[in-house]
Amino acid sequence: MPTTILETFSVSRLDILNPEGDCDEELLPPLSKEEIVRLYELLVLSRAFDERALSLQREGRIGTYPSIRGQEAAQVGSAYALQPADWIFPSFRETGVHLTMGYPLASLFQYWAGDERGLVCPEGLNILPVSVSVGTHLLHAVGAAMGARYRNESIVMAAYFGDGATSKGDFHEAFNFAGVYRLPVVFICQNNQWAISVPRGRQTAAQTLAQKALAYGFDGIQVDGNDVFAVYRATRDAVDRARGGGGPTFIECFTYRMSHHTTSDDADRYRSREEVEEWKSKDPILRLERFMEKRGLAGEAARREIGQRTRTAIDEAVRAAERMPPPERRDLYRSVYAECTPRLAQAMEGGGNGDA
Amino acid sequence: MATLNMVQAVNLALREEMERDDRVLILGEDVGQDGGVFRVTEGLLDRFGKGRVVDTPLAESAIVGTAIGLSLYGLRPVVEIQFLGFIYAAFDQIFAHAARYRNRSRGRYTCPLVIRAPYGSGIKAPELHEESSEAFFCHMPGIKVVVPSGPHAAKGLLLSAIRDPDPVLFLEPTRLYRLIREEVPEGEYTIPIGKARVARQGDDVTVIAWGSMLERVMKALEPFNAEIIDLLTLSPFDSETVLGSVEKTGRVLIVHEAPRTCGFGAELAATIAEEAMLSLRAPVLRVAGPDVPVPLARLVDYYLPDAARITAAVEELLRY
Ligand SMILES: Cc1ncc(C[n+]2csc(CCOP(=O)(O)OP(=O)(O)O)c2C)c(N)n1
Ligand SMILES: [Mg+2]
Repeated sequence: MPTTILETFSVSRLDILNPEGDCDEELLPPLSKEEIVRLYELLVLSRAFDERALSLQREGRIGTYPSIRGQEAAQVGSAYALQPADWIFPSFRETGVHLTMGYPLASLFQYWAGDERGLVCPEGLNILPVSVSVGTHLLHAVGAAMGARYRNESIVMAAYFGDGATSKGDFHEAFNFAGVYRLPVVFICQNNQWAISVPRGRQTAAQTLAQKALAYGFDGIQVDGNDVFAVYRATRDAVDRARGGGGPTFIECFTYRMSHHTTSDDADRYRSREEVEEWKSKDPILRLERFMEKRGLAGEAARREIGQRTRTAIDEAVRAAERMPPPERRDLYRSVYAECTPRLAQAMEGGGNGDA
Repeated sequence: MATLNMVQAVNLALREEMERDDRVLILGEDVGQDGGVFRVTEGLLDRFGKGRVVDTPLAESAIVGTAIGLSLYGLRPVVEIQFLGFIYAAFDQIFAHAARYRNRSRGRYTCPLVIRAPYGSGIKAPELHEESSEAFFCHMPGIKVVVPSGPHAAKGLLLSAIRDPDPVLFLEPTRLYRLIREEVPEGEYTIPIGKARVARQGDDVTVIAWGSMLERVMKALEPFNAEIIDLLTLSPFDSETVLGSVEKTGRVLIVHEAPRTCGFGAELAATIAEEAMLSLRAPVLRVAGPDVPVPLARLVDYYLPDAARITAAVEELLRY
């Protein structure tokens, strides 16, 4: 008996804006001039926040911090395609997503300074607390999507994670459930080529991450993660499909972690400087600047003004974060249960058999 | 003899044992090229090659599950879970398989593997990087749980753990990694699993601690005539040394950083109540972490037992 081919797969990649700032007019998403300048401002804000966070860490004013440098377009472009009512399930390296959705800057500084209160999401937004345990939160996005469908609400869930997370069992379980129930989830992977010291090529033998979705019965696409238009467009399409009942989509944003894994890491131990240099020319902000120059959008003066506005916002946020009164001892106990257990209540008052 | 910190002592133990026994291999996230996020496996990739020092994809369940397979096949895997707080995905593998293959097969198949995991609080790291959940694993028949309190103990215990015929969870207190330096002999010496160490002789009160709390207890109780027991192995723990000391002093304080409720101190207290009740002159006291998730940096000093709480508890005991 001959073998018959049951399925064939192809994996596509979307590129719109190249590093020189030239773009594919047909693929360019329909964004107004103001929206393009807004995207630019969000990219600049994300980078400036990141730089400030790194210097605060060096000064001992915040704790361990994971830089997003190089990944700004993947974060801003994807979050910009979401509605404020959509829910976001982030990992720990999503500052640009937070900023795009309007999460308070001061709260982010507060969180990275080791204060849980910085994770209290303001009313009107649904950004879940960052998931430090890699990949585990994808399932929560799937469950929330099931909830939204149950209630007939057209809310889309966006789950963010890295290339390393695709190795976790939870990733596969989440994809499987989302596929089986055709749930309104957009899985957004920032393939920044590294999971601490492990390169993408050692994380999976598959040629792309995007293709993993195909095995679970839904679409996966790779996009240039340093191209804010490509990321935005792919996410828009995925969000529209999810909202329209078309089920989940997986977007692999092909990008690069320009900095160390976190401020506790030393990337020189495991990757070459040349590799990092090479990615510098693919910078997501530079290429949008070039694009805007060619289109006569936001000239030098306007860009200077954006830079100034950004710095002011960050200065104010740092001041506000550092002016917040420190958490009190009693805060240890307050949020463990809806109602303090008798033992916790006793410990909170400083009593109890030697408890803090 | 070299003066080493705990990172270097564990590294030395791994290197020597890999040289001695070609069945020993290392698996984990970032253990190869990077030498581990705490540098515990530094230099081992260069020395032993990719076949024996294996950088794995990011999957704790797979790391432990694979180690089980390796050990069933006759090898001696030493795997690293990057932080104890990330071990939970592997819980099923540990509980349902590593701990039970021997019993399930009536000794025909066994899992002589070691799971190393940095653990414990006080390094101002992000969430889930400071867990102290040793008690979960003490509640699993079939697994041994070992916690060194310094470089010398770390090397001797790790050699015993690797040679042990059963699975061992080897917990390395991160707060101590670079805090204490000790003389650590090169070459062969082992510290038996299941034996506690009397870290300081004393008469008035028995204080039991392990891991990073031992260092705090030793410092805090210098002015007291306390007998301080460094438990070293939690499962199976050395009841002989514990009960012998309790019979001598009649007063007991147990100090651990894990949450108090169902922490390993509860097992110690229950055993003491069962077997040495008539020697007690005071209730058994515990100074432990509160029953809350380990907080982030701004609150962590309220979480960890400190010298004030340790001395206050000892003073209370001495009033009886
Ligand atoms: C379950 C789990 N295992 C290990 C870690 C330690 N750790 C933190 S980030 C990381 C690598 C993550 O890589 P990736 O998913 O690519 O995300 P990136 O850091 O590149 O953004 C590891 C191993 C963790 N946080 N959670
Ligand atoms: Mg990555």
